[in-house]
Amino acid sequence: MNGTDLWTLAVIVGLALVTVLTRSFFFISSKSWQLPHWAQRGLQYAPIAALSAVVVPEIITVQGVLISTWQDARIFSAVVGAVVYFWRRDVLLTIVAGMAVYLPLHLGLGW
Amino acid sequence: MFFLSRLHRHPAFVLGMREVSPQSPGIAAWGLMTGVAMVKSGMSVFEASAMTLLVFAGSSQLAAIPLIVAGAPAWVILATGFCVNLRFVVFSLHLRSFLIHLPRWQRMLHGYLTADISYVLFVRKYAHPAETAEGRLEQEAYLAGNDFLNWLSWIVASFVGIALANLIPTSWGLGFAGILCLLGIQCSLASSRMRMLSSAVAGAAAVVAYSLPLKLNIVVAIAVAVILCLTVEKIRPAPGGQA
Repeated sequence: MNGTDLWTLAVIVGLALVTVLTRSFFFISSKSWQLPHWAQRGLQYAPIAALSAVVVPEIITVQGVLISTWQDARIFSAVVGAVVYFWRRDVLLTIVAGMAVYLPLHLGLGW
Repeated sequence: MFFLSRLHRHPAFVLGMREVSPQSPGIAAWGLMTGVAMVKSGMSVFEASAMTLLVFAGSSQLAAIPLIVAGAPAWVILATGFCVNLRFVVFSLHLRSFLIHLPRWQRMLHGYLTADISYVLFVRKYAHPAETAEGRLEQEAYLAGNDFLNWLSWIVASFVGIALANLIPTSWGLGFAGILCLLGIQCSLASSRMRMLSSAVAGAAAVVAYSLPLKLNIVVAIAVAVILCLTVEKIRPAPGGQA
């Protein structure tokens, strides 16, 4: 059983506030106001950058060290997952197809 | 907002539920997987339950999990969650004119409960805010019904995932499903060349800067990618300014 600590709970409460803040950002105040132009443009690029920054190291590194072998289940799984996404446009299918590649390679071959 | 009787007694509430119901299995599967991923990554059942009930945002939860497990500082985790959630900031700009007539706490509660699918279904159904009080109530009731079933599917499935997680050995690596889910969302956001550039730069920068302490590589990667894209935009403006 994993342990619970106060720091993690505080982070969780903080993340809940982030959800409230971002989902109601432009109607928290009823005064009309506008974001500066550069920030509006930045909104186009920040979400995908944040996801990529989290996802890519989890696929091609082990604790930050680039993997030196192609025998890694994660790479094959991610490639298949991405291809399936662009084929069917469905996140759920991406997960199912990615895991269908990952599990046999990881459990069967130990990659 | 389903506890307000003026909303859940309105016929549009049921309509909102009915129209989100085809999406419900997909939402539930994602919730199930997030529940499993939270526990399999090392969070306690209590932490995972609190996260499900309070945070209610799959992508920021999944992005936060590896950072929490690695002991990244709180501000880095919150900043990452904020960036992953920035799409909701864009949605809120759109929803503003539909909700601004309500008292602030009701607006914010609607905002909190409106995730990706509900937003998409709502703005697809109602292109413009209603002109009359009845029309505004109908729109609000539709949104509330839609949000309610979405919320219920997500929460119930997440708890099932949390309960099942301990039956599955960690060595199976099921936590990787969380990464695949983020990868799928990442692909869904790759709607323009500039966004693909942002994604590629941020991914590479996050690997190159990995040795920075405190998981700062994430923040650095986002900053480098956004600044680079804004610079490229300035040098070579996209036709019509669209991205």
